[in-house]
Amino acid sequence: MSTTKQVLGPDDVRRAVTRMAHEIIERNQGIAGVALIGLQRGGVWLAEALADEIARIGEPVPVGSIDCSLYRDDIGLRPVSPGSVSDISFTVGDATIVLVDDVLYTGRTVKAALDAITDYGRPKAVQLAVLVDRGHRELPIRPDFVGKNLPTSADEDVSASADGVTIASDR
Amino acid sequence: MKHFRSIDEAGPEAVRRLLDLAEHMAEVNRRPNPKVPALRGKTVCNVFFEDSTRTRLSFETAAKRLSADTMNFAVSQSSVNKGESLRDTIETIAAMGVDAFVIRHKSSGAPWQVGQWTTASVVNAGDGWHAHPTQALLDCYTIRTALNRRDSFDGLRIAIVGDIKHSRVARSDIEAFTMLGADVTLVAPRTLLPPSIDDLPVTVTTDLDAIIDEIDVLYLLRMQLERITEALVPHLREYTTRFGLTPERAARLPEHALIMHPGPMNRGVEVAVDPSELPGSVITQQVTNGIAVRMAVLFDLLGSGADLEVPA
Repeated sequence: MSTTKQVLGPDDVRRAVTRMAHEIIERNQGIAGVALIGLQRGGVWLAEALADEIARIGEPVPVGSIDCSLYRDDIGLRPVSPGSVSDISFTVGDATIVLVDDVLYTGRTVKAALDAITDYGRPKAVQLAVLVDRGHRELPIRPDFVGKNLPTSADEDVSASADGVTIASDR
Repeated sequence: MKHFRSIDEAGPEAVRRLLDLAEHMAEVNRRPNPKVPALRGKTVCNVFFEDSTRTRLSFETAAKRLSADTMNFAVSQSSVNKGESLRDTIETIAAMGVDAFVIRHKSSGAPWQVGQWTTASVVNAGDGWHAHPTQALLDCYTIRTALNRRDSFDGLRIAIVGDIKHSRVARSDIEAFTMLGADVTLVAPRTLLPPSIDDLPVTVTTDLDAIIDEIDVLYLLRMQLERITEALVPHLREYTTRFGLTPERAARLPEHALIMHPGPMNRGVEVAVDPSELPGSVITQQVTNGIAVRMAVLFDLLGSGADLEVPA
């Protein structure tokens, strides 16, 4: 039997986004030279929400999105279906890029995104912001900004949106 | 999808999927470093039994931009000249380890035969008078981008003008344009229309001037000059007068109308004006888009994992 449990509500998500926006500004001592890139598909809304929040606190920040299906290490091992076309209209070279995703799991998507980003230029630095870190990393990747650390088991599904975060389990 | 050999065989779902995927590939091609690692370790072999400039280079570039390895087979430098058969040629190349054959051959149906002799994927780069599906795909992609018709071609009026009979481009374009909902009109002398015309979902006319001011796309085919000997057209100048794009006709085209040509162009015959001077010409975009749609086809066949839906 499948069960679904809500672990964060819309207010929790909003507070997490506000806190992460402050942390991004604090870490970078302002927002000059910083750009946000949301990972297709789940990270795009979060990148936009963080950009709105950062603009509300201080300065507007460029925001783009990237689809890294063509960089995945499991091409040929599982079906690939690209999201929307990547949209990066600012210069990546010498910028501090904050990669944004909804859920951090094995780290393989982030690795593919890092490979994809460097094809646009050589960033000054890349940081990682995620709404949920659910553990089970398979690569040496760690987030810089986390909305919520969420211990999970591998057979659970975590989904995140502005409306909240839920865990679904088949057990 | 295992093979890409004709528009009808692929079907509407695959055609739309490939056009969507081509948008991603076009984005890759706009980058300073237009290359992705998607098909590392895959080998694509171009087997061209007929002459080609743009199609062969386009496929080769597409494969390289996806990081696949490429092999090129030119019949003029091969053991075909020693009498080696198509089957032996394909089986020999396949034994070297090939994931996809891109084949152009003068015989209609050659890609289906080749598919029986190898486990590799087969892409049709033109077979006889039959089909040239990647050309049709790039034409659809060009129209959909230029006229912002992402969802369908419903109500779009496309005129295909010229030697329909001998044209694999026309055959594939008719399949693709009508599949996406366009209203297709064929414009040609009776001698250059195929015999099975009544079975096609198209309108036919011999009078270009009667429709020129109400079309959205003017698709000019290459006048295959080698056919003139067959006395199918009395004189090239007469052909230009009745079916060519002259300055007078160019002026009558609607402002938004696109002018397309699959190349190579016979300047002064089907095109009697310099198309680069016409605002509606998307002929160079067709060439550029060819790389993106061929990347989409190769990725769909070799990398999308669509064949994995059946558990191993």
